[in-house]
Amino acid sequence: MNLQEPFDSYRPRLASESCESRTRAHLEEIRKRQSLNAFLSVFDDEAIIEAKRVDERFARGIAGPLAGMVIAVKDVLNMKNKETTCGSKILRSYHSLYDATVIERLRAADAVFIGKTNMDEFAMGSSNENSAFGPVKNPRDESRVPGGSSGGSAAAVAAGLATTSLGTDTGGSIRQPAALCGIIGLKPTYGRVSRYGLVAFASSFDQIGPFGNSPRDVARVLQVIAGHDPKDSTSSTLPVPDYLSAMTGDVTGVKIGLPKEYYSSALSDEIRSTIDRAVQMLRDRGAIVSEVSLPHTEYTIATYYILATAEASSNLARFDGVRYGYRTEHAADLAAMYTKSRSEGFGAEVKRRIMLGTYVLSAGYYDAYYAKAQKVRRLIQHDFFKAFEHVDCLLTPTTPSTAFRMGEKMDDPLQMYLSDIYTVSANLAGIPGISVPAAGDEKLPVGIQILGRQFDEATILNVAEALSGGNQ
Amino acid sequence: MAVTFVDVEHIAALARLEFSDVEKEQFTHQLNEILSYVEKLNELDTAAVEPLSHVIELDNVFRDDIIQPSLSAEIALSNAPSRSDSHFKVPKVIG
Amino acid sequence: MNSTFEPVIGLEVHAQLLTKSKAFCGCTTQFGNDPNANTCPVCLGMPGVLPVLNKSVVEFAIKMGLATNCTIAPKSIFARKNYFYPDLPKGYQISQYDQPICKDGWLDVELKDGSVKHIGITRIHIEEDAGKSIHDQDPDTLVDVNRCGVPLIEIVSEPDIRSPHEAHQYLSIIKQLVTYLGICDGNMEEGSLRCDANISIRPKGREQFGTKTEVKNMNSFRNVERALEYEINRQIGLLEDGGTVVQETLLWDADKNIALPMRSKEEAHDYRYFPDPDLVPVLVDQKWISEIAATLPELPEARRNRFIGGYHLPLYDATILTQEKSLADYFEKAVALLAQKNDEGYKSVSNWTMTEVLRLMNDLHVSIDQCVVTPDRLAAMVNLISEGVISGKIGKEVFAEMLKSLDEPKVIVERLGLVQVSDTSAIEKIVDEIIARSQAQVAQYRAGKMQIFGYFVGETMKAMKGKANPKIVNEILKSKLV
Repeated sequence: MNLQEPFDSYRPRLASESCESRTRAHLEEIRKRQSLNAFLSVFDDEAIIEAKRVDERFARGIAGPLAGMVIAVKDVLNMKNKETTCGSKILRSYHSLYDATVIERLRAADAVFIGKTNMDEFAMGSSNENSAFGPVKNPRDESRVPGGSSGGSAAAVAAGLATTSLGTDTGGSIRQPAALCGIIGLKPTYGRVSRYGLVAFASSFDQIGPFGNSPRDVARVLQVIAGHDPKDSTSSTLPVPDYLSAMTGDVTGVKIGLPKEYYSSALSDEIRSTIDRAVQMLRDRGAIVSEVSLPHTEYTIATYYILATAEASSNLARFDGVRYGYRTEHAADLAAMYTKSRSEGFGAEVKRRIMLGTYVLSAGYYDAYYAKAQKVRRLIQHDFFKAFEHVDCLLTPTTPSTAFRMGEKMDDPLQMYLSDIYTVSANLAGIPGISVPAAGDEKLPVGIQILGRQFDEATILNVAEALSGGNQ
Repeated sequence: MAVTFVDVEHIAALARLEFSDVEKEQFTHQLNEILSYVEKLNELDTAAVEPLSHVIELDNVFRDDIIQPSLSAEIALSNAPSRSDSHFKVPKVIG
Repeated sequence: MNSTFEPVIGLEVHAQLLTKSKAFCGCTTQFGNDPNANTCPVCLGMPGVLPVLNKSVVEFAIKMGLATNCTIAPKSIFARKNYFYPDLPKGYQISQYDQPICKDGWLDVELKDGSVKHIGITRIHIEEDAGKSIHDQDPDTLVDVNRCGVPLIEIVSEPDIRSPHEAHQYLSIIKQLVTYLGICDGNMEEGSLRCDANISIRPKGREQFGTKTEVKNMNSFRNVERALEYEINRQIGLLEDGGTVVQETLLWDADKNIALPMRSKEEAHDYRYFPDPDLVPVLVDQKWISEIAATLPELPEARRNRFIGGYHLPLYDATILTQEKSLADYFEKAVALLAQKNDEGYKSVSNWTMTEVLRLMNDLHVSIDQCVVTPDRLAAMVNLISEGVISGKIGKEVFAEMLKSLDEPKVIVERLGLVQVSDTSAIEKIVDEIIARSQAQVAQYRAGKMQIFGYFVGETMKAMKGKANPKIVNEILKSKLV
């Protein structure tokens, strides 16, 4: 059984190739690839039971659109009665009281959940080396990182441990690991997918999105999880289009912009030539490619870190050892309980970002730091809106380099931050982005990023389909 | 306006975090990083720009004043590190 | 009060709103349920939850804004107020900071000397309540999250208040307004209305403010007055002794009658306010304001004026009867059932309500809604008096009996045989008997001792067991004693 065969491709065989058999095969593969450390919990028994149920429903002709799909879930999403650790010691053995909305929707569509995946602690990181439960390895080269923070979810799909998986993206945490692992990863428009049940990192940036082995698989998952949720005040009421019908792969007349600020000297030659080949391929198929400018690109990292850490410092205040999660054993009084529980429970990177965010918001600095960054955010968003007056989507590299070795960048926070350059602007502007693996015989995967207008996932999925079709 | 050791201690207290002296010293450098980001942003004249709080246009999102079922106290307390009957329990505030 | 210095007082009042469900989730706001039984993932602050604003909270806030002459903000936003405390699950309180729902209001408050004091209202904003920490039941602290998320409005006055009495009057009007509007119980003892004060003093005539202190934990109107008096005197005493006022927060101790500085925390709170990214702006247009304005009930001042104009009651009566909406409602339900709707009837119901009914409520510590003398029973009794079936004096007996029995007044009167005797000949017969045996007193009366008339009235009433119609007794006695 080809465990990396896209859902779209094997689904027609569901009558003869049961969901149960595929689920068992994935579980076996998870056991074989334990060295990847992609999973924090595996639903050995439950997944089989659910798979059998799906087969039954399919036999009765009442199965949902995702029947036969085996999906892994980043451990930052609440699943009722299951452990949700967010890759952190502070939530080890915390059991969710409720399902995230995306989980409810996927379950109703008959997807089978196979387990919760490893991640950078509280989604803070770009290499999955910040997990309290050990790093995740890149399935393509186990001495290298898979990217982060959704490293486990990306590795799971890349290694055939699940058909698709859910990740989350605050500054690139779906797209970057997709690029480093050689799979498709989509960050939807902000507000397209409900955040109810997603443990918040930066509330005005976070989005849940799918990983898959084909753009159509990713579109199928998006189709189910997208749409307004009354439990999320920031979720959009705009109707959800039929994504699959738009994915013909025909890009005739599609206007593609190449933002010149993204093609700087930081880009490796290898990646540059890979991008050039992809652009040529799209041109050959009728796309109209031009250069555009996003003049405030150089301010994106500063803006992102000021705003995202500020929001995170507030979102993580609830982890105080009072009602759930880790509580220190060394506290004689309340003050010590707070300080020791949080200091012992959080990892170093999380504590660093809480400190940065607290500083940004502290007395006297709000206007100069936070408010200023919000103004620059508007300028950054405006860059994109202006660009989209002339083009339908933008094409950029997803990362400046391929997967680095474990430990290579850990000591240099600045380098880690720089690997966010190409991805954070989409979160700042609230626009959708997808990373597609480039064709070719690169030793290590290279990702091509397509960014689109708000709520126009259809266009970027279609371009992704064209790029993938070219891969075949 | 450089960040001092005392500033770091103040911020750590606000965030309910504790660090060794070595770590606090490191933080004086890392928090100064924020200052460099801010310096970068100050290259831009934003006097006429409105702050952006929400990336998509939404307002007046409400729910009706209808009661929904609550959890039982047992479930609400099921993750509690320490409890007394139906209450969460925490160490006393010192005098 | 000291004549060199004047106090400068601002009050912050929190009113717990009477919505059915909480501000940001669907849990009930009902008080008194088992600990932690009114909770859900949202108000428990579980990881991954999100708030959704209860529309009624906005409407209640706007109602209060309209009743206090505020400008309703066309756009307001929510902000996070960040601090750590066991009864604050998220580690921040959802509140409003620099764009509150209402601003720039005022109230004209009547003082006991008859003058009117204009007190500005800086702002009204929406926020959520925290839970309860219990410190005295266990060696450790116990936490009940039920109250977390219950909606509050915070009403902030300008520092226009100049005496404890003014503060009392201002608070009374606030309480009156929130109860009339039906948005809050207005009960300080139960905590649905809470008051914190900011106090400073300055030499009279000086514009600059002195250093202010904050006083908390005043759980009744009386305690607010006493605490303010205490703090004003303390500050004046300090300055007169050459000292300075330190900015601090004090807790009022109602048992010891002093305000003590709160034990200082590690550092003053830095709340790090920023706009809450999980909530979107509230936009209020004129249409919505008009819709809400149309639903406002008659406010206290208007109702009082209508009691004077419509029922021809004196200001004194109208003020007492409209002090609380429930009492005003009681009065109007009763007068609606009067057989004879005239000024005499209205005044009669007013008298009975202000004296007997209010005294009853005080003695038994019940609210007007719990009073066994319901408006219809009171009206029935007043009707019996106006029809001459019983006298006003007998009415008091009937009233007393109405507390013990749920019978209609008519039934009580019959059961106790209290029907008034208006039969002239029967009364005449008794009067004749009394005159016959009281010759000495008759002589005194005829000699000019007018007060002895009361003796004859008393004897007649005694002989008739109080049931004689007093008017007729007077007429007959006057004619026979001449």
